[in-house]
Amino acid sequence: MILNLFITFFKIGAFTFGGGYAMIPIMEREIVENKKLIGDEEFTDMLALAQASPGPVAVNTSVFIGYKIRGLTGALSCLLGTVLPSFLIILIIAIFFNDFKNLAIVEEIFSGIRPAIAALILSSVVIMLKKGDNLTKRISIAVIVAVLVGFLDISPVIIIIAGALISLIMNYLKIK
Amino acid sequence: MPVLLDLFISFFKIGAFSFGGGYAMLPFIEDVVIYEHGWLSATEYIDILAISEMTPGPIAINSATFIGYKIAGFTGSLVSTIGVVLPSFIVVSLLFYVISRFKNTKVVEWIFQGIRPIVVGLILAAFISVFNNTVADIKAVFISITVFLLVYVKKINPIVCILIAGLLGIILY
Repeated sequence: MILNLFITFFKIGAFTFGGGYAMIPIMEREIVENKKLIGDEEFTDMLALAQASPGPVAVNTSVFIGYKIRGLTGALSCLLGTVLPSFLIILIIAIFFNDFKNLAIVEEIFSGIRPAIAALILSSVVIMLKKGDNLTKRISIAVIVAVLVGFLDISPVIIIIAGALISLIMNYLKIK
Repeated sequence: MPVLLDLFISFFKIGAFSFGGGYAMLPFIEDVVIYEHGWLSATEYIDILAISEMTPGPIAINSATFIGYKIAGFTGSLVSTIGVVLPSFIVVSLLFYVISRFKNTKVVEWIFQGIRPIVVGLILAAFISVFNNTVADIKAVFISITVFLLVYVKKINPIVCILIAGLLGIILY
Protein backbone atom coordinates (compact mmCIF):
# COMPACT_ATOMS: atom_id res chain seq x y z
CA MET A 1 0.00 0.00 0.00
CA ILE A 2 2.74 2.47 0.97
CA LEU A 3 4.75 1.59 -2.12
CA ASN A 4 1.57 1.91 -4.14
CA LEU A 5 0.95 5.42 -2.78
CA PHE A 6 4.53 6.39 -3.52
CA ILE A 7 4.29 5.14 -7.12
CA THR A 8 0.94 6.88 -7.67
CA PHE A 9 2.27 10.21 -6.46
CA PHE A 10 5.54 9.74 -8.32
CA LYS A 11 3.46 9.42 -11.50
CA ILE A 12 1.45 12.50 -10.55
CA GLY A 13 4.63 14.47 -9.81
CA ALA A 14 6.22 13.39 -13.07
CA PHE A 15 3.33 14.66 -15.19
CA THR A 16 2.44 17.86 -13.37
CA PHE A 17 3.39 20.54 -15.84
CA GLY A 18 2.44 24.17 -15.41
CA GLY A 19 1.93 24.43 -11.68
CA GLY A 20 -0.11 22.81 -8.95
CA TYR A 21 -3.50 23.06 -10.62
CA ALA A 22 -2.40 20.88 -13.50
CA MET A 23 -2.09 18.08 -10.98
CA ILE A 24 -5.76 18.11 -10.02
CA PRO A 25 -7.12 16.25 -13.08
CA ILE A 26 -4.43 13.57 -12.75
CA MET A 27 -5.02 13.16 -9.01
CA GLU A 28 -8.76 13.02 -9.51
CA ARG A 29 -8.42 10.24 -12.07
CA GLU A 30 -5.81 8.18 -10.18
CA ILE A 31 -6.96 8.58 -6.58
CA VAL A 32 -10.67 9.34 -6.66
CA GLU A 33 -11.97 7.55 -9.77
CA ASN A 34 -9.61 4.62 -10.40
CA LYS A 35 -8.32 3.61 -6.99
CA LYS A 36 -11.17 5.12 -4.93
CA LEU A 37 -8.75 5.87 -2.10
CA ILE A 38 -10.67 8.99 -1.17
CA GLY A 39 -14.20 10.33 -1.78
CA ASP A 40 -15.22 13.30 -3.95
CA GLU A 41 -16.12 15.54 -1.07
CA GLU A 42 -12.99 14.70 0.92
CA PHE A 43 -10.88 15.39 -2.16
CA THR A 44 -12.44 18.85 -2.52
CA ASP A 45 -11.90 19.53 1.19
CA MET A 46 -8.23 18.56 0.94
CA LEU A 47 -7.80 20.83 -2.10
CA ALA A 48 -9.32 23.74 -0.20
CA LEU A 49 -7.04 23.23 2.79
CA ALA A 50 -4.03 22.88 0.50
CA GLN A 51 -4.87 26.25 -1.07
CA ALA A 52 -5.08 27.90 2.30
CA SER A 53 -1.75 26.51 3.55
CA PRO A 54 1.63 28.06 2.75
CA GLY A 55 3.97 26.47 0.21
CA PRO A 56 3.49 24.71 -3.13
CA VAL A 57 -0.14 23.60 -3.59
CA ALA A 58 0.97 20.29 -5.14
CA VAL A 59 3.02 19.46 -2.06
CA ASN A 60 0.28 20.49 0.37
CA THR A 61 -2.36 18.48 -1.47
CA SER A 62 -0.26 15.32 -1.59
CA VAL A 63 0.63 15.55 2.11
CA PHE A 64 -3.04 16.03 3.06
CA ILE A 65 -4.14 13.11 0.92
CA GLY A 66 -1.29 10.98 2.28
CA TYR A 67 -2.43 11.63 5.86
CA LYS A 68 -6.03 10.93 4.95
CA ILE A 69 -5.22 7.58 3.35
CA ARG A 70 -2.44 6.24 5.56
CA GLY A 71 -1.43 8.62 8.37
CA LEU A 72 2.13 9.88 8.79
CA THR A 73 3.80 7.16 6.69
CA GLY A 74 1.26 7.87 3.95
CA ALA A 75 1.97 11.59 4.10
CA LEU A 76 5.72 11.01 3.88
CA SER A 77 5.52 8.62 0.94
CA CYS A 78 3.15 10.93 -0.97
CA LEU A 79 5.47 13.87 -0.28
CA LEU A 80 8.51 11.95 -1.47
CA GLY A 81 6.66 10.70 -4.55
CA THR A 82 5.53 14.21 -5.53
CA VAL A 83 8.89 15.89 -4.99
CA LEU A 84 11.26 13.25 -6.35
CA PRO A 85 10.50 13.56 -10.11
CA SER A 86 11.07 17.32 -10.23
CA PHE A 87 14.12 17.02 -8.00
CA LEU A 88 15.73 14.36 -10.20
CA ILE A 89 14.84 16.02 -13.50
CA ILE A 90 16.11 19.46 -12.43
CA LEU A 91 19.25 17.86 -11.04
CA ILE A 92 19.94 16.11 -14.34
CA ILE A 93 19.33 19.34 -16.26
CA ALA A 94 21.55 21.33 -13.88
CA ILE A 95 24.36 18.79 -14.26
CA PHE A 96 24.21 17.99 -17.98
CA PHE A 97 22.33 20.58 -19.98
CA ASN A 98 23.61 24.08 -20.21
CA ASP A 99 21.27 24.69 -23.07
CA PHE A 100 18.20 22.67 -22.22
CA LYS A 101 15.76 25.47 -22.91
CA ASN A 102 17.22 26.00 -26.36
CA LEU A 103 16.72 22.43 -27.58
CA ALA A 104 14.28 22.72 -30.49
CA ILE A 105 12.51 19.41 -29.85
CA VAL A 106 11.90 20.30 -26.18
CA GLU A 107 10.31 23.57 -27.25
CA GLU A 108 8.05 21.74 -29.73
CA ILE A 109 6.90 19.18 -27.18
CA PHE A 110 6.00 21.94 -24.77
CA SER A 111 4.17 23.96 -27.37
CA GLY A 112 1.90 20.91 -27.50
CA ILE A 113 1.68 20.27 -23.77
CA ARG A 114 0.87 23.83 -22.65
CA PRO A 115 -2.55 24.12 -24.33
CA ALA A 116 -3.31 20.55 -23.21
CA ILE A 117 -2.87 21.59 -19.58
CA ALA A 118 -5.53 24.28 -20.05
CA ALA A 119 -7.93 21.63 -21.40
CA LEU A 120 -7.18 19.23 -18.52
CA ILE A 121 -7.83 21.92 -15.93
CA LEU A 122 -11.12 22.84 -17.62
CA SER A 123 -12.20 19.21 -17.52
CA SER A 124 -11.64 19.22 -13.73
CA VAL A 125 -13.85 22.28 -13.41
CA VAL A 126 -16.66 20.62 -15.37
CA ILE A 127 -16.32 17.33 -13.45
CA MET A 128 -16.40 19.10 -10.09
CA LEU A 129 -19.36 21.27 -11.07
CA LYS A 130 -21.40 18.24 -12.15
CA LYS A 131 -21.14 16.60 -8.74
CA GLY A 132 -23.68 17.63 -6.12
CA ASP A 133 -26.92 19.60 -6.20
CA ASN A 134 -27.78 23.30 -6.43
CA LEU A 135 -25.86 23.76 -9.66
CA THR A 136 -26.85 27.41 -10.25
CA LYS A 137 -25.60 28.49 -6.85
CA ARG A 138 -22.31 26.63 -7.28
CA ILE A 139 -21.73 28.01 -10.77
CA SER A 140 -22.38 31.57 -9.55
CA ILE A 141 -19.95 31.18 -6.64
CA ALA A 142 -17.33 29.68 -8.95
CA VAL A 143 -17.63 32.55 -11.43
CA ILE A 144 -17.49 35.20 -8.70
CA VAL A 145 -14.40 33.57 -7.17
CA ALA A 146 -12.73 33.25 -10.58
CA VAL A 147 -13.31 36.96 -11.26
CA LEU A 148 -12.00 37.98 -7.83
CA VAL A 149 -8.85 35.87 -8.19
CA GLY A 150 -8.26 36.05 -11.93
CA PHE A 151 -9.13 39.66 -12.69
CA LEU A 152 -8.98 41.52 -9.39
CA ASP A 153 -5.88 39.69 -8.11
CA ILE A 154 -7.32 38.90 -4.71
CA SER A 155 -5.39 36.18 -2.87
CA PRO A 156 -7.04 32.72 -2.79
CA VAL A 157 -6.16 32.51 0.90
CA ILE A 158 -8.30 35.56 1.70
CA ILE A 159 -11.23 34.20 -0.31
CA ILE A 160 -11.06 30.80 1.41
CA ILE A 161 -10.97 32.39 4.86
CA ALA A 162 -13.81 34.75 3.93
CA GLY A 163 -15.89 31.81 2.62
CA ALA A 164 -15.35 29.89 5.84
CA LEU A 165 -16.31 32.91 7.96
CA ILE A 166 -19.43 33.70 5.93
CA SER A 167 -20.58 30.10 6.21
CA LEU A 168 -19.91 30.05 9.97
CA ILE A 169 -21.88 33.25 10.55
CA MET A 170 -24.81 32.21 8.33
CA ASN A 171 -25.10 28.80 9.96
CA TYR A 172 -24.81 30.31 13.42
CA LEU A 173 -27.58 32.83 12.69
CA LYS A 174 -29.76 30.04 11.30
CA ILE A 175 -29.51 28.14 14.58
CA LYS A 176 -30.22 31.20 16.68
CA MET B 1 26.99 31.90 7.71
CA PRO B 2 27.85 28.58 6.07
CA VAL B 3 26.27 28.50 2.66
CA LEU B 4 24.26 25.31 3.28
CA LEU B 5 22.55 26.78 6.32
CA ASP B 6 21.93 29.95 4.36
CA LEU B 7 20.29 27.99 1.53
CA PHE B 8 18.18 26.01 3.97
CA ILE B 9 16.93 29.08 5.84
CA SER B 10 16.21 31.05 2.65
CA PHE B 11 14.16 28.27 1.06
CA PHE B 12 12.43 27.51 4.34
CA LYS B 13 11.32 31.16 4.38
CA ILE B 14 10.14 30.91 0.77
CA GLY B 15 8.12 27.80 1.63
CA ALA B 16 6.69 29.28 4.81
CA PHE B 17 5.59 32.64 3.48
CA SER B 18 4.36 31.90 -0.03
CA PHE B 19 0.63 31.41 -0.12
CA GLY B 20 -1.40 30.50 -3.16
CA GLY B 21 1.29 28.28 -4.69
CA GLY B 22 2.84 28.40 -8.14
CA TYR B 23 2.95 31.80 -9.72
CA ALA B 24 2.01 33.54 -6.49
CA MET B 25 5.35 32.35 -5.09
CA LEU B 26 7.47 33.86 -7.85
CA PRO B 27 7.87 37.44 -6.56
CA PHE B 28 8.95 36.06 -3.20
CA ILE B 29 11.49 33.65 -4.71
CA GLU B 30 12.79 36.44 -6.93
CA ASP B 31 13.28 38.72 -3.96
CA VAL B 32 15.21 36.22 -1.85
CA VAL B 33 17.30 34.71 -4.62
CA ILE B 34 18.20 37.74 -6.72
CA TYR B 35 18.09 40.76 -4.45
CA GLU B 36 18.71 39.43 -0.97
CA HIS B 37 21.48 36.94 -1.77
CA GLY B 38 22.58 37.62 -5.34
CA TRP B 39 22.62 33.88 -6.00
CA LEU B 40 21.32 34.43 -9.51
CA SER B 41 21.27 37.29 -12.00
CA ALA B 42 17.90 38.37 -13.38
CA THR B 43 18.68 36.59 -16.67
CA GLU B 44 19.62 33.34 -14.95
CA TYR B 45 16.39 33.57 -12.97
CA ILE B 46 14.34 33.92 -16.15
CA ASP B 47 16.16 30.88 -17.54
CA ILE B 48 15.15 28.88 -14.50
CA LEU B 49 11.54 29.96 -14.98
CA ALA B 50 11.69 28.75 -18.57
CA ILE B 51 13.15 25.41 -17.49
CA SER B 52 10.55 25.09 -14.73
CA GLU B 53 7.79 25.56 -17.25
CA MET B 54 9.25 22.77 -19.34
CA THR B 55 9.76 20.31 -16.53
CA PRO B 56 7.18 18.76 -14.25
CA GLY B 57 6.69 19.69 -10.65
CA PRO B 58 6.06 22.75 -8.52
CA ILE B 59 8.12 25.76 -9.54
CA ALA B 60 9.25 26.33 -5.94
CA ILE B 61 10.86 22.89 -5.92
CA ASN B 62 12.36 23.30 -9.37
CA SER B 63 14.05 26.55 -8.44
CA ALA B 64 15.16 25.28 -5.03
CA THR B 65 16.81 22.24 -6.61
CA PHE B 66 18.40 24.25 -9.42
CA ILE B 67 19.72 27.10 -7.28
CA GLY B 68 20.88 24.72 -4.53
CA TYR B 69 22.88 22.72 -7.07
CA LYS B 70 24.36 25.83 -8.61
CA ILE B 71 25.48 27.26 -5.27
CA ALA B 72 26.62 24.12 -3.43
CA GLY B 73 26.37 21.01 -5.64
CA PHE B 74 24.26 17.96 -4.81
CA THR B 75 24.16 18.65 -1.04
CA GLY B 76 23.03 22.19 -1.83
CA SER B 77 20.16 20.96 -3.98
CA LEU B 78 19.09 18.49 -1.30
CA VAL B 79 19.20 21.05 1.52
CA SER B 80 17.30 23.70 -0.49
CA THR B 81 14.60 21.26 -1.59
CA ILE B 82 14.07 19.98 1.96
CA GLY B 83 13.99 23.59 3.15
CA VAL B 84 11.24 24.64 0.73
CA VAL B 85 9.09 21.57 1.45
CA LEU B 86 9.43 21.43 5.24
CA PRO B 87 7.11 24.35 6.17
CA SER B 88 4.33 22.82 4.03
CA PHE B 89 4.80 19.50 5.73
CA ILE B 90 4.71 20.99 9.23
CA VAL B 91 1.69 23.22 8.59
CA VAL B 92 -0.29 20.51 6.81
CA SER B 93 0.49 18.01 9.59
CA LEU B 94 -0.78 20.41 12.27
CA LEU B 95 -3.85 21.35 10.26
CA PHE B 96 -4.68 17.73 9.54
CA TYR B 97 -4.31 16.84 13.22
CA VAL B 98 -6.62 19.66 14.34
CA ILE B 99 -9.23 18.88 11.71
CA SER B 100 -9.29 15.14 12.40
CA ARG B 101 -9.71 15.90 16.09
CA PHE B 102 -12.70 18.15 15.54
CA LYS B 103 -13.95 16.40 12.42
CA ASN B 104 -17.44 15.70 13.61
CA THR B 105 -18.11 19.06 15.16
CA LYS B 106 -20.54 21.47 13.54
CA VAL B 107 -17.96 24.23 13.26
CA VAL B 108 -15.63 22.18 11.04
CA GLU B 109 -18.57 21.06 8.88
CA TRP B 110 -19.70 24.69 8.49
CA ILE B 111 -16.20 25.80 7.53
CA PHE B 112 -16.04 23.17 4.80
CA GLN B 113 -19.54 24.02 3.61
CA GLY B 114 -18.28 27.54 3.04
CA ILE B 115 -15.09 26.69 1.23
CA ARG B 116 -16.13 23.73 -0.95
CA PRO B 117 -17.85 25.84 -3.65
CA ILE B 118 -14.88 28.23 -3.66
CA VAL B 119 -12.41 25.55 -4.74
CA VAL B 120 -14.08 25.13 -8.13
CA GLY B 121 -13.80 28.89 -8.66
CA LEU B 122 -10.10 28.82 -7.84
CA ILE B 123 -9.56 26.07 -10.39
CA LEU B 124 -11.61 28.05 -12.93
CA ALA B 125 -9.35 31.05 -12.30
CA ALA B 126 -6.32 28.82 -12.89
CA PHE B 127 -7.84 27.67 -16.17
CA ILE B 128 -8.39 31.26 -17.34
CA SER B 129 -4.81 32.20 -16.48
CA VAL B 130 -3.27 29.11 -18.12
CA PHE B 131 -5.51 29.51 -21.16
CA ASN B 132 -4.54 33.17 -21.62
CA ASN B 133 -0.86 32.42 -21.31
CA THR B 134 -0.69 29.35 -23.49
CA VAL B 135 -3.41 29.19 -26.11
CA ALA B 136 -2.00 31.76 -28.48
CA ASP B 137 -2.56 30.39 -31.99
CA ILE B 138 -4.96 28.17 -33.95
CA LYS B 139 -2.77 25.07 -33.47
CA ALA B 140 -2.94 25.54 -29.72
CA VAL B 141 -6.72 25.90 -29.90
CA PHE B 142 -6.84 22.64 -31.88
CA ILE B 143 -4.68 20.81 -29.31
CA SER B 144 -6.74 22.23 -26.46
CA ILE B 145 -10.06 21.09 -27.93
CA THR B 146 -8.68 17.66 -28.89
CA VAL B 147 -7.35 17.05 -25.40
CA PHE B 148 -10.59 18.21 -23.78
CA LEU B 149 -12.57 15.74 -25.89
CA LEU B 150 -10.09 12.94 -25.14
CA VAL B 151 -10.08 13.44 -21.40
CA TYR B 152 -13.70 14.44 -20.85
CA VAL B 153 -15.69 12.56 -23.48
CA LYS B 154 -13.41 9.58 -24.17
CA LYS B 155 -12.22 9.36 -20.53
CA ILE B 156 -8.60 8.89 -21.62
CA ASN B 157 -6.14 9.07 -18.72
CA PRO B 158 -4.74 12.64 -18.34
CA ILE B 159 -1.17 11.32 -18.37
CA VAL B 160 -1.79 9.68 -21.76
CA CYS B 161 -3.34 12.97 -22.93
CA ILE B 162 -0.17 14.87 -21.98
CA LEU B 163 1.93 12.38 -23.96
CA ILE B 164 -0.39 12.73 -26.98
CA ALA B 165 -0.20 16.53 -26.69
CA GLY B 166 3.60 16.40 -26.66
CA LEU B 167 3.50 14.30 -29.82
CA LEU B 168 1.06 16.76 -31.44
CA GLY B 169 3.52 19.52 -30.54
CA ILE B 170 6.33 17.79 -32.44
CA ILE B 171 4.07 17.22 -35.47
CA LEU B 172 2.45 20.66 -35.60
CA TYR B 173 5.24 23.04 -34.58
